[in-house]
Amino acid sequence: MAGLDSQLDLPKGVSTKVVGKGFDWGRLVRYALLIMFAALVLMPVYVLIVTSFKGVGDADPSRAWAFPKIWTLEPWKTAFVGIGGIPPVGPALGRTLIMVIPAAVISSILGSMNGFVLSRWRFPFANVVFAFILFGMFIPYQAVMVPLYSLVNDLSGIVPRGIPVLIMLHVIYGIPITTLIFRNYYQSVPQELIEASRVDGGGMLRTYFSVVLPISMPSFVVVLIWQFTSAWNDFLFARFFGGNMQTQAPVTVVLQNMATGGTTGSVWGATMAATLLSCLPTLLVYILLGKYFVGGLMSGSVKG
Amino acid sequence: MTPVSETVTSAPPQAAPKPTPAPKRSKRKQWIKRNLPPILLISPSLILVGVFVYWLIFSSVGTSLTNNHTMPQVMGAEEVEFVGLENYANLLRDPDFLHSLRNLGLYTLVFLVGTMFFGFLWAWILEKRARFEGFFRSVLLFPMAVSSVAAGVVWRWLLSPTEGKNSSGLNRIFESLGLTGLENSWAQDSKWGILAVTIPAVWQLSGYVMALFLAGFRGIPNELREAARVDGANEWQLYRHVLFPQLSPVALSAVIIIGHMSLKVFDLIMAIAGKDAYQTMVPAIDVYNFISGRQDYANAAAVGVIMLLAVLVLIVPYLVHTAREDKR
Repeated sequence: MAGLDSQLDLPKGVSTKVVGKGFDWGRLVRYALLIMFAALVLMPVYVLIVTSFKGVGDADPSRAWAFPKIWTLEPWKTAFVGIGGIPPVGPALGRTLIMVIPAAVISSILGSMNGFVLSRWRFPFANVVFAFILFGMFIPYQAVMVPLYSLVNDLSGIVPRGIPVLIMLHVIYGIPITTLIFRNYYQSVPQELIEASRVDGGGMLRTYFSVVLPISMPSFVVVLIWQFTSAWNDFLFARFFGGNMQTQAPVTVVLQNMATGGTTGSVWGATMAATLLSCLPTLLVYILLGKYFVGGLMSGSVKG
Repeated sequence: MTPVSETVTSAPPQAAPKPTPAPKRSKRKQWIKRNLPPILLISPSLILVGVFVYWLIFSSVGTSLTNNHTMPQVMGAEEVEFVGLENYANLLRDPDFLHSLRNLGLYTLVFLVGTMFFGFLWAWILEKRARFEGFFRSVLLFPMAVSSVAAGVVWRWLLSPTEGKNSSGLNRIFESLGLTGLENSWAQDSKWGILAVTIPAVWQLSGYVMALFLAGFRGIPNELREAARVDGANEWQLYRHVLFPQLSPVALSAVIIIGHMSLKVFDLIMAIAGKDAYQTMVPAIDVYNFISGRQDYANAAAVGVIMLLAVLVLIVPYLVHTAREDKR
């Protein structure tokens, strides 16, 4: 993970340019293709934005792709007020935020400690323990859903449904990936640093806090973003354990209900506005901290 | 550190043979002093993973071998009996479940081919250091940052099944271009509806595969290219004999990651077609319906275990292979 910031960037001084004469047709074709693909990928975004500013009468199929006749904020207001039986999106956004922040922070701390003892303060069978933990990353959660459903019911006195139980689940099922990312990162920390602290009589915790933690920031950013995004975007756990849609569930549950809950075409505008709102936090993170987001993606490929 | 050293000193002293009591004891002490702290530090995570992954899988397998099909049984009011592999046998004979499996197979195949095609193509275009490369990369990768549910909302609209004068979404584009033959009912098509769902899936994950391939391209030492050029290799030979072989581990990772995501598909279909659409039914939605609709825990567990087996068949050889490569 050494080149975390620049895994996708060309190393400096490397030229892949083919020496050619005259007009570079290949280049023109490449740019044309790039622009076309970028436009195709952004097409749904166009639909989202345009439709979210269309009034009720404007959402006619014949004008599906056109700009709004009159740009109106009406759908955005509706998204906040709620339509029919569908709850407003505002409180759901707040609840989701309350869920993802502790989920991301706690699982990052656990992952960091695990990564440290699995790579730089090793104990016998550390590799076996690592494999044992890592396995949790690959299982389809459907394979544990039935007993998990009962377990969550049994625990409902201690950990209530909705946000609290979801925090718990995101922390627990986040342990494998966070451990993996930190372990790979710490393996690039020179063992001499650790030994030096050890020779000075530093115990495990002191070495962790005074030597390892201060240089862990890049990994923390990657892991926090990863956990933030995956908890925010989660729908499976949210749907099973989100509890009451009106008062307890995260935003993805509300959104899915808006989309498929028998609503008519007239509220498409509000649904699109709600969708945009629900994407805003993760998109902001992506735009502002994109390189760290990519760092998390890359570590998903196990070898890191 | 106090609690740890306390534990160390209070460790029960072993009755050691007389000649060498001190060194042996101190060796054991040393071992504990060295290894107990890291073991203590990792044990909360170990216990949580042990319970929430391993114990629950074990418990799922147990439930899947019973006749726990009704609510009273779930509540403990009626007997639950062991029935062996009966649920699996019944599921694999049930035309509805076979239809789910067929859908999952089709979806996985098209999803894989689509993401690999676009992912590689985009990486290949960008690899040659285009201007604004960072911008294009960000645009092509952005759908990854959006939830499948949000993506599903838009694509549900784009894949709206109405045809002719009242069409919207993609059908509207075909209508206005005069390509009425291309209009179709997308995800609601009774036979090929599941393939419509692969369009947003490919849209969402091609950028990821692109990022993997791009990192692969960038990881190839430049000396290799130079050497090939010096040897007089043309562009095609360079790719065929130098770059492609270097990229094959990346391609394998991409196939494994995408394949493994594909087997779990749930969110996207729930948002585009909902939980009841037969055309787009997949095992993950079967599990949902078995649990929350029919309260049939035994079959829900059995489908979950089948999904796990499918993932294991894909993942285990890959992990073994990776571990071996690492050792070399």
